[in-house]
Amino acid sequence: MKNTLILFLRLMKHIQRSPETIMSAMVQPILIMLLFVYVFGGAIKASLPDGVNYVNFQLPGILVMAIAYNTSYTALRMFSDKGKGIFNRLNSMPINRSSTLWAHVFASIVSSLLSLAMVFAAAFIIGFRSNANILEWLAVAGILATLSLALTWVAVIPGLIAKTTDGASFLAFPLVFLPLFSSAFAPTETMPAALRIFAENQPLTPIVETVRSLINCEPTGNDIWIALAWCVGIMVVAWIFAMRVYKRQT
Amino acid sequence: MGDIVIQVNDLRKSFKANHVLKSVSFEIRRGEIFALLGSNGAGKTTIVNILSTLMKPDGGNASICNYDVVHQPEKVRQSISLTGQYAAVDGILTGLENLVLIAKLRCVKNSNAVAVNLLKRFGLGEATDKRAAVYSGGMTRRLDIAMSLIGNPDVIFLDEPTTGLDPEARIEVWKTVKELSNSGTTILLTTQHLEEAEQLADKIAILHGGNIIANGTLDELKKLFPPVKKEYIEKQPTLEEIFFAIIGAGKAEAQ
Repeated sequence: MKNTLILFLRLMKHIQRSPETIMSAMVQPILIMLLFVYVFGGAIKASLPDGVNYVNFQLPGILVMAIAYNTSYTALRMFSDKGKGIFNRLNSMPINRSSTLWAHVFASIVSSLLSLAMVFAAAFIIGFRSNANILEWLAVAGILATLSLALTWVAVIPGLIAKTTDGASFLAFPLVFLPLFSSAFAPTETMPAALRIFAENQPLTPIVETVRSLINCEPTGNDIWIALAWCVGIMVVAWIFAMRVYKRQT
Repeated sequence: MGDIVIQVNDLRKSFKANHVLKSVSFEIRRGEIFALLGSNGAGKTTIVNILSTLMKPDGGNASICNYDVVHQPEKVRQSISLTGQYAAVDGILTGLENLVLIAKLRCVKNSNAVAVNLLKRFGLGEATDKRAAVYSGGMTRRLDIAMSLIGNPDVIFLDEPTTGLDPEARIEVWKTVKELSNSGTTILLTTQHLEEAEQLADKIAILHGGNIIANGTLDELKKLFPPVKKEYIEKQPTLEEIFFAIIGAGKAEAQ
């Protein structure tokens, strides 16, 4: 546990000292939010019911994107540690081997949470308002934390098996684009049939819908359970694969 | 002669159909510098990986300080330190932070003081608070070796420590290795530079085709070959000697 903490603090120094990570993982989601709210928002609002706060509407999609950006950097950090022989050095030292892996996982979650906090702050400045009570906020926090843990375990797999930097970061692409093909930014009713079926049934849609309902104090219905099932399902499957890869390599 | 610290018996390892190690046996005594000599892909790194508990052998056994590398890996890890083929230095951390990190992980008391001392000893005092990413190749390697010394391990593995270094940096590293050995540390060094083995090693083993085909001191190895023929030829300076002569002259002029 102590070693996990030491290694975790090392990774946090990495994040803090790498302007590139801060720009793409923390600032970029905010820029995309500004793009949606101020560039597309006016037009999209026309197809939404009257009185919808578009900042509130699009926020869950941006939150999911922020998690995706952050976890893709986890894959890169793991790849770099492995390539430079830092994993080999740590694994030949008298420390618990799983601490190297868990340090990366914790760093990933903490960086995601920091990034989410920044997105929330920026959203508040541009007009995000919520009357959600403490229970609803806890539910939002729980879902986002579970999603970030799930996507972290997904990111561990390419981090461990990639042969090139491009390979390690390839996951970022689908993860960052997936929220665009959901109900996160625009209602699905106007999409072509095939896309609409995909958008309404992909895992991010119930997650986004649940978070949106919670912050707007609306009933979530079954969505919350479907969202949790997806998060936990992805987490368990990715965790099994990641551990298998990890054990084979050490 | 000291007691045996590393004992390797009939070690075997294959990667699919590629039999990298067929039957490798050798032993290393306390305080020795043992050079494992072989060309690229001969299996030197495989041996180092097995001995440093990163990889399991297919057969045979190996022990370090009487602990079996397969069955008592935790005990082995207490006794060893690995300086791998690529300098495992964290470029984003400073030299000091790199050393403090390892010291904390090894539960060394006064980690800061230990780190500062090592930096001085390795001539990195001025680079203490610079990020390791800006270090030269030789400095990076010295920091890498310094990191391996924390906690005073009995055995240090140096896997091709001078690959990719310029001649000056190589000599810096050689000096470091000799000093280490004088302080009683046992060193297993792999290299493909014949001169490196000649310069540093007490014992030299040649790994070829999955087996150790020769093992002994430099003098013993020389005896395996036909007696020395005496030929009188002009002694030509090597390019290396020329290089250092010029650089040395340049330095003298500068002063």
